[in-house]
Amino acid sequence: MTIWTVAAALLSHWQRRPLQLGAVVLGLALATALWSGVQAVNAEARASYARAAAALDQNELAHLVSPHGRSIPQAVFVRLRRAGWNVSPVLEGEYRFGTARLRVIGVEPLTMPAETQAVDRRNAGELLSFISPPGTLIVSPETAEKIRRQTDLALRVSDRMPDGAAFVDIGLAERLLRREGELTRIVIAENQRPGLEPLGTLAPALLVREPSAQSDLEHLTESFHLNLTAFGFLAFAVGLFIVYSTIGLAFEQRRPTFRTLRCLGVSLSALAVSLLAELFLFALVAGAAGVIIGYLIASLLLPGVAATLEGLYGASVTGTLSLRPEWWLSGFAIAVAGTLISSIQSLLRLMRMPVLAAAQPQTWGRSSQTGRRFQVLAAAALLGLSGALILWADGLRAGFGVLGCLLLGASLLLPAMLSGFLTFMQRLSSGALVTWFWADARQQLPGLSLALMALLLALAANVGVGTMVSSFRLTFIGWLDQRLAAELYVAARNEPEADRLRAWLATKVESVLPIVSVDAEIRGQPMQIFGVVDDPTYREHWPLIVVMPDVWDRVASGEGVLVNEQFWRRERLRIGDQLDLASDWKATVVGVYSDYGNPKGQVIAGINALTSRHPQVSRLRYGLRVQPDQIADLRSSLSDEFGLPPDNIVDQAALKEQSRRIFDRTFLVTGALNIFTLGVAALAVFSSLLMLSEMRLPQLAPVWAMGVTRRDLALLEILRTLVLWLATFAAALPLGLVLAWVLLAVVNVEAFGWRLPMHIFPYEWVRLGLVALAAAVVSVFIPLRRLAGLAPSELLKVFANER
Amino acid sequence: MVIALRNLCKSYETAEGRLDVLRGIDLDLGAGDSVALTGESGSGKSTLLHLVAGLDRPDAGEIMIGGRDISKLDDSGRAAYRRTEVGLVFQQFNLIPSLDVAANIAFHAKLAGRHDPTWENELAERLGVGTLLTRYPEQLSTGQQQRVAIGRTLAARPGLVLADEPTGNLDEANGDAVLDLMLSLAKGTGSTLLMVTHSQKLADRLDRQVHLRSGKIA
Amino acid sequence: MSVRSIAIAFAVMIITSLSGNQAPSQGFAGLGSAAEGFSVPQPGRPFHFPVDHGAHPDFRIEWWYLTANLEAPDGTQYGAQWTLFRSALAPGENKGWSSPQLWMGHAAVTTSEDHFVAERISRGGVGQAGVVAEPFSAWIDDWQMQGNAVPGADQLANLTLTATAEEFGYELRLSATGPLVPQGDNGYSVKSAKGQASYYYSQPFYAVTGSLSLPTRNVEVTGKAWLDREWSSQPLAEDQTGWEWFSLHLDTGEKLMGFRLRDEGEGFTSATWITADGRPNPLPAGALRIVPVRTAKVAGRQIPVSWNVQIPSRGFDVTTRPLNDQAWMSTSIPYWEGPIAFEGSVSGRGYLEMTGY
Repeated sequence: MTIWTVAAALLSHWQRRPLQLGAVVLGLALATALWSGVQAVNAEARASYARAAAALDQNELAHLVSPHGRSIPQAVFVRLRRAGWNVSPVLEGEYRFGTARLRVIGVEPLTMPAETQAVDRRNAGELLSFISPPGTLIVSPETAEKIRRQTDLALRVSDRMPDGAAFVDIGLAERLLRREGELTRIVIAENQRPGLEPLGTLAPALLVREPSAQSDLEHLTESFHLNLTAFGFLAFAVGLFIVYSTIGLAFEQRRPTFRTLRCLGVSLSALAVSLLAELFLFALVAGAAGVIIGYLIASLLLPGVAATLEGLYGASVTGTLSLRPEWWLSGFAIAVAGTLISSIQSLLRLMRMPVLAAAQPQTWGRSSQTGRRFQVLAAAALLGLSGALILWADGLRAGFGVLGCLLLGASLLLPAMLSGFLTFMQRLSSGALVTWFWADARQQLPGLSLALMALLLALAANVGVGTMVSSFRLTFIGWLDQRLAAELYVAARNEPEADRLRAWLATKVESVLPIVSVDAEIRGQPMQIFGVVDDPTYREHWPLIVVMPDVWDRVASGEGVLVNEQFWRRERLRIGDQLDLASDWKATVVGVYSDYGNPKGQVIAGINALTSRHPQVSRLRYGLRVQPDQIADLRSSLSDEFGLPPDNIVDQAALKEQSRRIFDRTFLVTGALNIFTLGVAALAVFSSLLMLSEMRLPQLAPVWAMGVTRRDLALLEILRTLVLWLATFAAALPLGLVLAWVLLAVVNVEAFGWRLPMHIFPYEWVRLGLVALAAAVVSVFIPLRRLAGLAPSELLKVFANER
Repeated sequence: MVIALRNLCKSYETAEGRLDVLRGIDLDLGAGDSVALTGESGSGKSTLLHLVAGLDRPDAGEIMIGGRDISKLDDSGRAAYRRTEVGLVFQQFNLIPSLDVAANIAFHAKLAGRHDPTWENELAERLGVGTLLTRYPEQLSTGQQQRVAIGRTLAARPGLVLADEPTGNLDEANGDAVLDLMLSLAKGTGSTLLMVTHSQKLADRLDRQVHLRSGKIA
Repeated sequence: MSVRSIAIAFAVMIITSLSGNQAPSQGFAGLGSAAEGFSVPQPGRPFHFPVDHGAHPDFRIEWWYLTANLEAPDGTQYGAQWTLFRSALAPGENKGWSSPQLWMGHAAVTTSEDHFVAERISRGGVGQAGVVAEPFSAWIDDWQMQGNAVPGADQLANLTLTATAEEFGYELRLSATGPLVPQGDNGYSVKSAKGQASYYYSQPFYAVTGSLSLPTRNVEVTGKAWLDREWSSQPLAEDQTGWEWFSLHLDTGEKLMGFRLRDEGEGFTSATWITADGRPNPLPAGALRIVPVRTAKVAGRQIPVSWNVQIPSRGFDVTTRPLNDQAWMSTSIPYWEGPIAFEGSVSGRGYLEMTGY
């Protein structure tokens, strides 16, 4: 009963200040939304990987593999079974259904361990059509759409399948891949009978690959998700700034109410409980709103994330979001946690407040001298720590540690720096209004500093990530020009056609560059080995980073190979190192080339060195060097002469365009999150200004009374806000550049395996500045309209004696 | 500054309906006059003062200040009038918290274009705040703050000083001292002084008293 | 690995391959289905050994079915079963994974307290499971029935039988003390009044020595074993739902094979009386009468585990009792199979198989 009375008294505050209420709920909801949105995206992607891993790689089980990625004779599987081992064969490879390339995974459903079931063995019809000719492809709905018209084989759609892969019976896989009697790996089931002969004796040529806790995809994409999480957290923190400052204000403004209630005999604990209940209520309402907005954000982001993951890692993620109950719970939990974090200081202050504390609210947000000094010290410590991390730590987490310390340190430093700047400007000025302008800006700083810190974070993140992406793009486009040197790329449909094509082309073009590759496993990593002919195209264009003298001669002779940058960095290779490409193939690393957008390692060898060891390698694809004006002719005669479908003839420009599109799509998500974060920061500034405007009257009224028009006052208010925005923006630029450097030189190297040169894009800053300016004007607009439209009587109340 | 108020009327819309605060005020003040405006709470004294200060506009009537009707002025005209001709002292001192004492004292003078450091220093000395020039309002006692407020008003040498219970927040001794100072300084600058007070003792010290009752001069 | 799910699938698979769609309950394990494309047993075809010890891929189903009544030196009774089933999705054989042949192995050991069961399933064509006639070998994974006879001799005269599962295993050496015995009309075994039939011969005269490994102990055992070889494409009529099958070693040295196929009416019975020197006397349909004596709750169903078996024309009248009521084969196609003893006009031991419950 008492509690209700108390609660009613406390809650009446919000009724009178709906804007504050709105700020708390909106801030909390946005913080929750961005956080849980990003979490949902991550969870969805991880679920996809888990699905893919369970379906494709059977990662929870050990496998027998051939050390150099060679195929395993089927007889080995039979030998193991006949020795009592519970094992199951897998044959997989790439197969082209028309234009769609699928990863075809041939399995044997009768021996396949239950953990990895792709085929429901209890459904006999399903099983039967799976193993009986002509056979069935089990594919995801998306993949089914893609290949429906490209194959006569029966399709069975399964939601559990990742895109771009198909389960088939191992017999069908043999036929499709033309690898009769071959296996790529042997799955070892968990339960085995006792007393088995060791695998080492039965299959001495094979290696046991233990189940890994993480799938390859999870490992590869970890950096990306860490990245998203970091962004989500940044947005969450920015959102909490709003909540923190609003709750602080609401507590200060209710001090008289608290005092009155306590004088009337409400215990401190009852008061605290009421306030906690109030906060909890906010958290629930805002949490619910946040989860819903988060869901919308996530469904907005997911296609982009899926595109990114596809583009960067070849990881397939379903583009649709499923609502998971744990996600609701975590959304509420984070909302409650956020509320508590934001209000703990105010609650503690309340607990320490004596009954007869001053009933007048203290100047809100006024930070004490010691507080400010502590902030500066903490900032220095954090910045020092980030420097130390750059110098002495490595790893992706350390990279994000650097970012975290840097951002937090810089934002803690911001109020002191702004205060210094304003003091300096005030000193410079002499006119009464100008002096007042600067002094008053400084006066407002404590109340705005949290919002400005949030703004700094958002702007710096924008500058940093923008610089990173643009630098990457510039480098990538230049790299494409080098890499895609051939004017036309053509793919034959089968080997005889390829032979005819080669003969025909010999007289028609300047040079024919075969594109041949084999899958291999080098140093335990799945890789591709490409074979190249000795051609000026490579000598002149190939994007080499580090080289040995006569690099191309050495490659052509078969003595040396080139490795891509990510493999080079990951394995810490050096030029001149020996590399085991296969059991009977060693070569020297003679150069390193950049290979953006490829998650895997890659090796380039002389074509003879490759084909002598892999005589069966497919030679269907060719790059053609022709004069630019002959491209169109050649194209049409190719399709006339050979009847090649348009998809099999691609010109350089189209390929570049496609690559560029993939690239741009790849960073859409980052851009979207940037905008969201900036939006939340703008909202933080807006709500702070709104709150401040409520307490601005006593500060403005005397100036008005002394003869400054309301219009001028309003103009000064705009100017003041703009100056603070601009000062923050100016501070964000160097911070953003440092951020970009860390992203390019530390995080990218760890995450992707390549290091990029940094480019500066002042034009983008101008654009960001304009966006920020627009946000500033919007954020100041409403508070200002209130001021400009203020009736004199409102201002006069300030002078009223009966207060 | 000569002031002539003619048939001044002002009413406010309130929750209970229309409230006529001033109902036809006629009042004349000569240059250098000091007049106390007394009356019950709600009799309209503060409203009258605000109208004369150009902070608000009357519903009807004329406010002739130095020969022109300021009620006819627009917003910026009235702002200019306040800036250059009026000095205000309130019960709440309304110093600018972000400026130190010296800047507060100089503030209005600068706005009025009559910045005179010598005069401001002299004022500060005479008001007993000469040692506090670099302090900020929140670091001052109530009495000190009111002295600074008076200093700020007089530093601009306004032709008209309007004061609303200037000593209402001060204890009696402090109040007397502050009032003495204000009166003598106002006399010294030749300013006309209109002061709202409900203290008869204070009113007695001025040249003239005008008593308001229910929006009319009694 | 879920043995169960595979096995169920195996069973239903046979049905679907026969009927082209999923018509349920075409008799037990789909054995009562049409035989389109497959060869059908014909009367008067003599067996050709050793070729007929091997697989007959043109027929839909086939089995190598061995049961052994065993005894430890202390007199404790045991039973052991080793079965290899072949089931064809289509007639004929192809190399590699495209083989239409599927193989299924069942192994069991029965004690008076326990009944251990294991199952294996495999595709044909790659060598994971199969049968070679000479030198005889039948296997699935590491389970094996290996002939030890020299070429030219009867390939089934000496066998080594092994099976190992997670809980149990055995290794038995079998040597025949009598000849192979054709069942029915010189190996043409009629299964219904409508003429469904199979090729069927037995080797009921094995003397066994060997060892069982059980979770708690290893036991040396000796005893008798019985091998049934049968292949067909449509062994059951459509209305036949299951059977009781007896293989009995009489203490007199004689053997008796008898079965009853249940249908909606009286059922169809058939039996062969085998003299101690291995001469078969096929008995006319209806000569064998069986009546349940006691039922027990097994795997959630009531199953008659004790039977009165009579052949009045031979003055044969015995009552069987199982070594273990719960000899339930919890395989994909579940059935009851276990060692029994019998007393009455004559006593002895044998095996009982009951399906379709």
